[in-house]
Amino acid sequence: MEALELARWQFGITTVYHFILVPLTIGLSILVAIMQTAWVRTGKQKWLRLTKFFGKLLLINFALGVATGIVQEFQFGMNWSEYSRYVGDVFGAPLAMEALVAFFLESTFLGVWIFGWDRLSKKVHLASVWLFAVGTNISAYFILAANSWMQHPVGAEFNPETGRAEMTDIWAVLTNSTALVAFPHVIAAAFLVAGSFVAGVAGFWLVKKTRANHGDTDLPMYRTALRFGAVTMIVAGLAVVYTGDLQAKLMFEQQPIKMAAAEGLVDTETGAPFSLFAVGDLNNDPASVRHLLAVPGLTSYLARGDFGAEVKGLNQLQEEYAAKYDPDAQYRPNLAVTYWSFRLMIGLAVFSAATALAALWLTRRGAYTDKKWFSRLAVWSIPAPFLASSFGWIFTEMGRQPFVVAPNPTGSDMVYMLTQYGVSKAASPWEVGISMAVFTLIYAILGVFWYRLIVRYAQEGAPVIEQPALDDDDAADRPLSFAY
Amino acid sequence: MNLADVWFVLIAVLWTGYLVLEGFDFGVGMLMPIVGKTSKGKRVLINTIGPVWDGNEVWLITAGGATFAAFPEWYATLFSGFYLPLLVILLALIVRAVAIEYRSKINDENWRDRWNLAIVISSWVPSILWGVAFANIVRGVPIDETATYTGGFFNLFNPFALLGGLATLAIFFSHGAIFLSLKTSGTVLDRAKPVARNASIAAVVIGALWALWLQLAYSENAWTWGALLIAAGGLLGAAWFSRVDRFGLAFTFNAAAIVGVVVLIFGSLYPDVMPSTTDAAFSLTVDNARSSQTTLVVMTWVAAIMTPVVLAYQAWTYWVFRRRLSEDHMPEHNELTFRKN
Repeated sequence: MEALELARWQFGITTVYHFILVPLTIGLSILVAIMQTAWVRTGKQKWLRLTKFFGKLLLINFALGVATGIVQEFQFGMNWSEYSRYVGDVFGAPLAMEALVAFFLESTFLGVWIFGWDRLSKKVHLASVWLFAVGTNISAYFILAANSWMQHPVGAEFNPETGRAEMTDIWAVLTNSTALVAFPHVIAAAFLVAGSFVAGVAGFWLVKKTRANHGDTDLPMYRTALRFGAVTMIVAGLAVVYTGDLQAKLMFEQQPIKMAAAEGLVDTETGAPFSLFAVGDLNNDPASVRHLLAVPGLTSYLARGDFGAEVKGLNQLQEEYAAKYDPDAQYRPNLAVTYWSFRLMIGLAVFSAATALAALWLTRRGAYTDKKWFSRLAVWSIPAPFLASSFGWIFTEMGRQPFVVAPNPTGSDMVYMLTQYGVSKAASPWEVGISMAVFTLIYAILGVFWYRLIVRYAQEGAPVIEQPALDDDDAADRPLSFAY
Repeated sequence: MNLADVWFVLIAVLWTGYLVLEGFDFGVGMLMPIVGKTSKGKRVLINTIGPVWDGNEVWLITAGGATFAAFPEWYATLFSGFYLPLLVILLALIVRAVAIEYRSKINDENWRDRWNLAIVISSWVPSILWGVAFANIVRGVPIDETATYTGGFFNLFNPFALLGGLATLAIFFSHGAIFLSLKTSGTVLDRAKPVARNASIAAVVIGALWALWLQLAYSENAWTWGALLIAAGGLLGAAWFSRVDRFGLAFTFNAAAIVGVVVLIFGSLYPDVMPSTTDAAFSLTVDNARSSQTTLVVMTWVAAIMTPVVLAYQAWTYWVFRRRLSEDHMPEHNELTFRKN
């Protein structure tokens, strides 16, 4: 394989892996901060126990997220140095801002939160978890602004003297229409992930404890957590659908060929149907696409809000792109990947939200549930939104190909880059191959520990909090409340 | 002074922040078997950096991001050129981060021992490689007319670079031991002090030797003799104050020494950021590697506002967690085991 293919595989592997961890951290950090706020305001022990329980799971997840995040920033330079030269002037700024504004905040205050339980007043300690959670969410904004620029470059023009894209307007970069819809979509997805995680774990425990003893004193706590998670899922699920629709409409304008590939739309059509199931060969040949099941007019409706609207097809767009950019390039993204990742994203997200309705129904009016099927459903629905998020990214990144920076139809004609020109010249195929193999191996090993720790701590249930004997005279000699 | 020069200085500042802060984190990690010794002693060591190590590492991420934004050509050439050493550093940082977080998640001596070993190795390795990397940047590497590194892997392991690796290793090692002499009490402190005394002397010898070599062979500027004097004076002061048990001052002098070393490195480079040994005309300079004026203006505002804020809250965390730790402060191990009871 060439360095280009290896570098693409490496980016895909490391990024999808990283983004299994990230949405859980984004959503759960806020949910845990809410739990702790509820404890500080009400003084109820159940909220403290839930804070500690989900806080521990959050930490296990965060550690691996941070570790795999380091690679993200460095591999642009290592594997994609020509891309970095071309875009650094614009793309580097949000990354640097992310570090200065967000990463410092989240990393510093996470340390304060973990070790600060007995060293800070309740309010300052609560503030630390919020600063951590807010930092995490701000970081998402900056990285999405950077990614959105690759999808829809704004605020930049091509400088023929330096041969690269240069920033003309940072405000345009940070308020890119693409970023403004991608951010709420990704954040909503992160809350769907975190909500289903909380609901899944709490649902498992509620059923288990109810079956063992209908009068168990932990039941109200797990019921609260289950409903908290389920409500989060429903709100997040609605937000995902709403923002996803906005995003799709925008993408039909900004990257029409990505959406044509997502719909398997071979030729321009009015009243284009939404395909539910299609087959085709794997040579990326649009002529081979056969739609077996489709909803008439729905794609037109999704694109333009009108069932009869015209939507451009792959063949016509290929001609348009060839006329405008490199005439010999192949502008179709991988059809099978784009089509199916788009549908899996939607299907898995809907499945996940459906389990939340079941949770609320079963626990209505103060009820507990001992339904074994629900326990299984709750646990099995945990991975669904994780997978939906991954497929969402696979869709949007694969759908952007063959571009690494897709051209903006209403922006500067010169600001775009084909992926093949972005790869490093200095890095040889065997170097890229080694790094891909080593990252994959080490991620796999660390992933096993991550999974076993999460499962083990989830299976232990919420800890019982012992009140430490407070003796303020020798506070300096007291053991740490938490230690590595 | 134009904005590209400002950013050259700011990137030096970010690296200084990183090397001063993660320098002692690495030192503490390296010293686990020597100062920590017992299971409890090692635990004391890790917890002296527990609340702060992650925030310290962000200085590296920021230095990387700032280089990307302010000097894209430098970022691209450096990271794609020093590919394998950088890969090893990244692997070490990944394993180290996870090891610190996971070592006390399971109550099992073998589990902890393995993660401890991972922390030790992943602290030694980057301590050496950062020195190797910076030495090579100053020394110059083969770079062609397309700003592409053409030197290959083994070119990076020359005597000057290896001594540079030893120098950062010695300085971080002693930095960690001095930090532990400030942050521990009891038996751990008793073990840390003599290590700090001896290690700081080794750091003077190795550090000064490398700095002198750098100045004589590679510096573009005579004024960097001043930086060399700060570096050497800092290391000497650290050794002296360790000897007389004034570890607060020793730490301050060691930090000043690291500042001196970074100023020496960056000052020797200027106006280059990555000199080419192929042809001086192919060297990356502050001027030809920089971003546009618009980008630099934006970034300057962000840095001017955010850097003091970050410094303030990070300083506050050091204040909150200022107390010394001893074995008596370690709580009982009450974590879970994989086997259920």
